[in-house]
Amino acid sequence: MSIPLSWFIVFATVLFCISIAGIFVNRKNVIVLLMCIELMLLAVNTNFVAFSRYLGNPGGQVFVFFIMTVAAAESAIGLAIVVLMFRNRRTINVGEIDTLRY
Amino acid sequence: MFSLNDLLVILPELYLTAAACLVLLFDVFLDDEHRDATHWVAIVVMLVAIFLVIRGQPPETVTAFGGMFVRDHMAEILKVTVLIATILMFVMARPWLKDRKLFIGEFYSLSIFSVLGVMFLVSAGSLVTVYLGLELFSLPAFALVALNRESKLSSEAAIKFFVLGALASGLLLFGMSLIYGATGTLDLHAIFAAIGTTQHLHLLQFGLVFLVVGIGFEFGAVPFHMWLPDVYEGAPTPIAMYISAVPKLAAIGLAYRLLETGLGPLAGDWRMMLAIMAALSLVVGNVVAIAQTNFKRMLAYSTISHMGFVFLALSNPTPEGYASALFYAVCFALMETVAFGVILALSRKGFDCDMIDDLKGLNQRSPWMAGMMAIAMFSLAGIPPLWGFAAKVLVLKAAIDGGMLWLAIVAIICAIIGLFYYLRVVKVMYFDAPAEDVELSPKPDIALRWLLSINALGLIAMIGFSGVFFTWCQHAFGV
Repeated sequence: MSIPLSWFIVFATVLFCISIAGIFVNRKNVIVLLMCIELMLLAVNTNFVAFSRYLGNPGGQVFVFFIMTVAAAESAIGLAIVVLMFRNRRTINVGEIDTLRY
Repeated sequence: MFSLNDLLVILPELYLTAAACLVLLFDVFLDDEHRDATHWVAIVVMLVAIFLVIRGQPPETVTAFGGMFVRDHMAEILKVTVLIATILMFVMARPWLKDRKLFIGEFYSLSIFSVLGVMFLVSAGSLVTVYLGLELFSLPAFALVALNRESKLSSEAAIKFFVLGALASGLLLFGMSLIYGATGTLDLHAIFAAIGTTQHLHLLQFGLVFLVVGIGFEFGAVPFHMWLPDVYEGAPTPIAMYISAVPKLAAIGLAYRLLETGLGPLAGDWRMMLAIMAALSLVVGNVVAIAQTNFKRMLAYSTISHMGFVFLALSNPTPEGYASALFYAVCFALMETVAFGVILALSRKGFDCDMIDDLKGLNQRSPWMAGMMAIAMFSLAGIPPLWGFAAKVLVLKAAIDGGMLWLAIVAIICAIIGLFYYLRVVKVMYFDAPAEDVELSPKPDIALRWLLSINALGLIAMIGFSGVFFTWCQHAFGV
């Protein structure tokens, strides 16, 4: 007995919503933002893999490889910027990143 | 499998990939006194890329790698403009970077990689290429914003740009995954064809909303504009110039490929979303810009309002509408380079010239620079006989032809409101007394002065060629 497609989509959507909520609600640590971004990409990957298997089309699974590669590069740059910010400000608290505002 | 022909089609991109790596490598062997060599090599690299793009342009649309890469006239116009804008940035940035000890080779190779991403993005024929191009463009851009490692503002701008950029690409990807699920293909033309027969229209429309949000982020349209002012203000000025010109051109390509090539049959759904974002961008951009004292931040809000104009044109999903959006984006990019170029020319060591008050009495100190800035401001405001006027007229015509009369009226009212803050800059330059202690003289860099002058005078001269250029734009969309 296989798991129906809709379960995967609901699962991916819930993951996606958690990650979006994480980005907007989180006022503490920038690292948590990076984790949320990763989670968001994982939700997308789940979607792609589930659709790909369901449709019998390998394109989606290939796309997932690209997304994972780019996600690695993205978090490398993100962490580098976080290190930079910590050096300049001695904090990576989201609530304290407020110099630029109108 | 691919053939040798495919490689010929992507020759400019292949060349630029190799050249970016070589520039990075070349720079390693230079010491600081000879860093200028990297600068000139990078400029030559870009000029050769322009040559390759124009020279190898086939008369008809050509695809490569099974439709993943499309080479057409729209991509050609966008690529050439992006390359020109980047050359302008390289030339105008050099004295500024030298003053701040930021004159490093990474600046050049990162910029070239970022431009490469734009070139792939505007030529994308499949969702995979769209995503990879977008990321290849934005990852180096994040690093460029953080180029000034000692600056608190830069690192703050970089983290904001990074988080919101990643969020935008995540939303875009989620939309892509839903569209893939509904149509069963990643190829944009196949998606277009599959929409007629799909049973999952709701899934498709749900995906479309995410795509439009992602595109809104890339353009910096309200309500997805939050990153733009912070990045403009915090980024080093040359990078702000790059971010103001190049991503907008890339976003035109992104919007056209995704919305028209891919989701054209759903135009009835997305044109209203774009129209609403256009109206919001016009109102918020122009009104908030009035309150700004920082010149770069003011330009950011002005950019937001200009993106409203681009959306105005895109909300008329006909070749005319796309052509005027393309025209507007190209024109806008070349106006921004003048405005930022004057700022770069007037900045000195320890003085960024980025407050509106810093421009006080510029006419007495340096009439030529004041003239350049006035041309840029008048052109951005859309006053005849400058190029910005032609762009605005075409966009308004496209909106009215598309049945969006109310939106055109909103746009005109907002443009008049916008006049206030552009003219305020002119007033500050011409009618205010200069501050005593501030020395406002342009850099003695000859290349910068010449290119800036050519760029600014071009804004006047181009009004004469508007008809020709618009015909090219129409041709790019098959009229």
